Amino acid sequence: MSAPLRREAHASSPEALAADVEAGTRADEAVARYALGLGDDALVLAQRLGEWIANAPELEEDMALGNIGLDLLGHARSLLTYAGSAWGRTEDDLAYFRDEPEFRCRQIFELPIGDFGFTIARQLVVSAYFRGLYRQLTGSADPVLAAIASKAVKEVAYHLEHAEGWIRRLGLGTDESHRRMQAGLDAVWPHVEELFSPDPAAVPGVSADLDAVRAEWDGIVPAAIRGAGLRVPEAPAARGGGREGVHDESFGHLLAEMQVLARSHPGATW
Amino acid sequence: MSDVLERTARPRPDTADEAALWDVVATVVDPEVPVLTIADLGVLRAVRREGSSVVVTITPTYSGCPAVDAISADVVQALRDAGHPDARVDVALAPAWTSDWMSEEGRRKLAEYGIAPPRRRVVDGVITLGLGVACPRCGSHHVRAVSHYGSTACKALYVCQRCQEPFDHFKDL
Repeated sequence: MSAPLRREAHASSPEALAADVEAGTRADEAVARYALGLGDDALVLAQRLGEWIANAPELEEDMALGNIGLDLLGHARSLLTYAGSAWGRTEDDLAYFRDEPEFRCRQIFELPIGDFGFTIARQLVVSAYFRGLYRQLTGSADPVLAAIASKAVKEVAYHLEHAEGWIRRLGLGTDESHRRMQAGLDAVWPHVEELFSPDPAAVPGVSADLDAVRAEWDGIVPAAIRGAGLRVPEAPAARGGGREGVHDESFGHLLAEMQVLARSHPGATW
Repeated sequence: MSDVLERTARPRPDTADEAALWDVVATVVDPEVPVLTIADLGVLRAVRREGSSVVVTITPTYSGCPAVDAISADVVQALRDAGHPDARVDVALAPAWTSDWMSEEGRRKLAEYGIAPPRRRVVDGVITLGLGVACPRCGSHHVRAVSHYGSTACKALYVCQRCQEPFDHFKDL
């Protein structure tokens, strides 16, 4: 993550963008806090998906999960660059030089990758969420967030297709694939509630309406699960608290791996 | 390609000076698909003068596209070689790139290179029902998608059921 480029959005034309940049586009403090949470969600899941490279069930899936992670990393870079503009911090400052309690990702994104069934279950849940979220954000009153969302919404639609394809294949496949796909859904389900719990950094008019996101999600995910011959789990909600900086123990290990190089060699470039 | 879509996809400046700069930058090729220029792709969004410097705006095909940094460096180098040492590249995310911006020439070159070009999603404002992807080697539509994701974020992996050759498809986005 090192982008010397100006990563700004423009609502109408490149000329308007240039004027914004010259005038010193900065995120509003409240908008920055909201963008930080979204950026952390994307960054942390990108890091998790990267763990599948060279470990997925087949080569095509190494590439698919790696590419999905790359899209998410792109969203994270835009969101964190924008958030950081409010505090004079770069995307790298935010990614590499914050500790666990300073991260604002919801816990579903940080959970260990588990087996392929768990990863696909999470991808289904979060890709449907992302699609609704970014669709909502294309209408945000904040033009930079709207621009980032207009790009992201098309990409996460592909991520959702990928997850739906696998749910069907595994759910309707062998007894073993069915069992493990169901186990993956059961394990991810307690974390669904947190995804739709109110964002403490929400900014009226700017942030996505999570009830609308939930309504869209409700139209997609249960049908995909039932269509694959699987059962929609019922499970008490996990404690959550990711947006307040409360995280799973495994999150520290993720950060250690993600941050060690930048912290051992501050300012290193190649 | 309609005139309106073509003007959106390749907004070459009106003034002779800026148009000449556009033509220099438009020769830069995509490092991942070197038969396509950034103008063919629709990735080149603007070229303008700002005092003594040249400001170029590009947009990524995908949010995480790692080619953006390489393309930016190549743009600056191309301008320097043409005698414009003071150049800057901005990256804009909106309006979001679409594969509908790829030029006819680009589609032809892509197919010749062995990559099935993206299907048009909108023609003259009308959303089209896409034909299947055609094998770039034998032209058959009897093909099978192997993976939504290929060697780069912008490509999917297919195999032709007729000539048995695997091939990349530049995804419709």
